Amino acid sequence: MVDIAWNEFTPWASLAGGILIGLAAGSFILLNGRIAGISGILGGLLAPTPGDTGWRVSFIAGLVGAPLLWLLAADVPVIEVEAGYPALIIAGLLVGIGTRYGSGCTSGHGVCGLSRLSPRSLAATVTFMAAGFATVFLIRHVIGV
Amino acid sequence: MKYSLAAFASGLIFGLGLILSGMANPEKVLGFLDLAGLWDPSLAFVMGGAILVGLVAFGLARKRTLSFLGFDMKLPTSSRIDKRLMGGSLLFGVGWGIAGFCPGPGLVALGAGEQKAAVFVAAMLAGMAIYEWIERRRPST
Repeated sequence: MVDIAWNEFTPWASLAGGILIGLAAGSFILLNGRIAGISGILGGLLAPTPGDTGWRVSFIAGLVGAPLLWLLAADVPVIEVEAGYPALIIAGLLVGIGTRYGSGCTSGHGVCGLSRLSPRSLAATVTFMAAGFATVFLIRHVIGV
Repeated sequence: MKYSLAAFASGLIFGLGLILSGMANPEKVLGFLDLAGLWDPSLAFVMGGAILVGLVAFGLARKRTLSFLGFDMKLPTSSRIDKRLMGGSLLFGVGWGIAGFCPGPGLVALGAGEQKAAVFVAAMLAGMAIYEWIERRRPST
């Protein structure tokens, strides 16, 4: 059986944060008519087409600027990064290449795709979740880092 | 202008949601992905909350041809489940499991001034650039 980390578990904050994420993705499709897929929005900047970059930069600026707005009200919760620099570089490369080939990440497939009941996004989400579970199992319990 | 402003607002709210949910912290994401250790189910609640709202929004969006601001609806049309989708998602999942960062939280943690997030985001952009480079060299099909 799975042991729950009751000390870490934050059901209400996570549910509330999730609702905010849903509102953001929902407002983006209803106002701009687009999927709030972060890897696609960012990746589109690397093959820019005229007239298609401003909104991408704006969305990313909002995302990166969120901690600054948060700071006006409270301290930003602690961010712990256990991975060392070589691991971060490998992880970044894999996430960059993988999300572009897979046409989406946790936001585009996970949040927006599942909300649209897209079988394609469900297949992608199940795949990256399974790969994530397997990778953490290997690193923490087989290799034992 | 209207378009970019709405995009900025969506990005901002998305980022606030990631911070509030705890998902800007990779250690918390890894706590979810570590089923064999002490498991933190929080990420499932984030997805649940987001999809709950998303179901309503996308249900509404599906019936429209223009957005509420009068722009074309750009809903994905592809339904192909192919090697690119599965292979890409597999690579992404492995990278996600290594550091606990996916693209959104990486960018938010970068905004919070986390130096390691800057390294992750730089490598992620390099990965995306590698994809563009490979795709441009491939004969188009």
